[in-house]
Amino acid sequence: MAGFFDSSRPLRIIQVIQIYASRSFPINGTGHGLIEALRLIFTGDAALLEIVSLSLRVSGIALLFSTLIGVPLGAALGLGRFVGRKLIVAFMYTGMGFPPVVIGLIVYLLLSRSGPLGSLNSPVVPTLFTPGAMVIAQSIIAFPLVAGFTMAAVMGVDAGLRQQVRALGATTWQTTLTVLAEARVGVIVSIIAGFGGIISEVGAVMLVGGNIDGRTRVLTTAIVLETRQGNFDLALALGAILLAITFIINVAMLRMQGKTLDE
Amino acid sequence: MNDDQPFCYRVQNLTKAYGSRQVLQLDALDIRPGEIFALVGPSGSGKSTLLRLLNFLEPPTSGAITFQDATVDAGRPAPLALRRRVTTVAQRPILLNRSVWANVQFGLQLRGSRDREGTVAAALAEVGLAHLARQAARTLSGGEAQRVALARAMVIAPDVLLLDEPTANLDPYNVGVIEETVRRLNRQRAMTVVLVTHNVFQARRLAHRIGLLLDGRLIEIAATEDFFANPQDPRTGAFVRGEMVY
Repeated sequence: MAGFFDSSRPLRIIQVIQIYASRSFPINGTGHGLIEALRLIFTGDAALLEIVSLSLRVSGIALLFSTLIGVPLGAALGLGRFVGRKLIVAFMYTGMGFPPVVIGLIVYLLLSRSGPLGSLNSPVVPTLFTPGAMVIAQSIIAFPLVAGFTMAAVMGVDAGLRQQVRALGATTWQTTLTVLAEARVGVIVSIIAGFGGIISEVGAVMLVGGNIDGRTRVLTTAIVLETRQGNFDLALALGAILLAITFIINVAMLRMQGKTLDE
Repeated sequence: MNDDQPFCYRVQNLTKAYGSRQVLQLDALDIRPGEIFALVGPSGSGKSTLLRLLNFLEPPTSGAITFQDATVDAGRPAPLALRRRVTTVAQRPILLNRSVWANVQFGLQLRGSRDREGTVAAALAEVGLAHLARQAARTLSGGEAQRVALARAMVIAPDVLLLDEPTANLDPYNVGVIEETVRRLNRQRAMTVVLVTHNVFQARRLAHRIGLLLDGRLIEIAATEDFFANPQDPRTGAFVRGEMVY
């Protein structure tokens, strides 16, 4: 974690905040944590940037996979009527509430050298303790959330709309896309839920990633490490950064829904 | 019903059932090209089901529907090209959560048509809503929304326009606009119109011929004047007098 406290570039704004904070209230853990968070952000700490970057890359790619699988699956379950649908829905609901650490354990066993996937030695199967393994675990955690909320969203669209769209000459594919577009607020919520479920997740990425410095350390595992080492300020700082990132991304997604914070 | 007449639709020995419940049983029905044909009858008589079959949204359970040069048999979905020659304006205007313009051009967009501007503008002008083109569809009144739904149907220039109680619950002004637009489409573009209504007065104002549907069966089909002046079936007479008919 070299570099976290190393950055000594003077930044006026941080100094002002520190002076103000120390005068206004006795600096406790929270005060230090916030100031530390600001300092790390404004000084562009290299180690922090690497952790934030890896967190975003792993969760971003996992969210992309989850969306590519979850949205079509949710649409199919919400709009289609086929044999086995109820069973798939039951599995999906189970997946929505599945403890991430158990998913991490399953992925660990699958990817370990003696596991069914790990023993294949295939170049397309990521090995344990790599970002690829973390992406797989997070994708499995997120896609039931995306699929479940997407299903609920499309089922909430007026049933008459599908018939009307077909009456206007839509193909099955066009009808599905139109229903998804009408349910876009709910579909975006499903993606937000998926993102929330993995960016803040620690158990699975800890198991399959191993929290290796510079390779698989992400924000949540770094928080666990700093807390265990008694560096509560730093842990709080990382928590504040995680919260800020989540907030910014959720605001961006809210804008994709066509809504603003004022509404 | 003269077999020598050209027909737009020819329905033969058609039944439609949902599970064990049979909702339609029609021995024969011809709808002529360029006519306004009204289907009247009480609620639950199968009028809307017949419209769904005529729009090829559902296949018949048995029998066949011949539309122009193609026949759709029981249990088989109609080809897309056939379905695209017909469209429906439903009783409740279900508009997309987009602008009025986006709603009206929707059918053209589905067909990949390019030059939409002029067609959409003309359709909106025809229903008197050109000034609302950029407005969100969800902000429209019920009457305005139904006029948008009619404009949305007319831009795709269907051979047949199916209207399912298009003016139920609308105020007289909007009823007038919609009826006049339907008349114009029929006269100027020779568009065949099938109108489902429980309002016999509207059927009388608009239709060339009227059919009475009771309990899934066609009781009588006649030219509008005859339907009112010389009903052949006592149930038709009772229906036009506003009596309860089952």
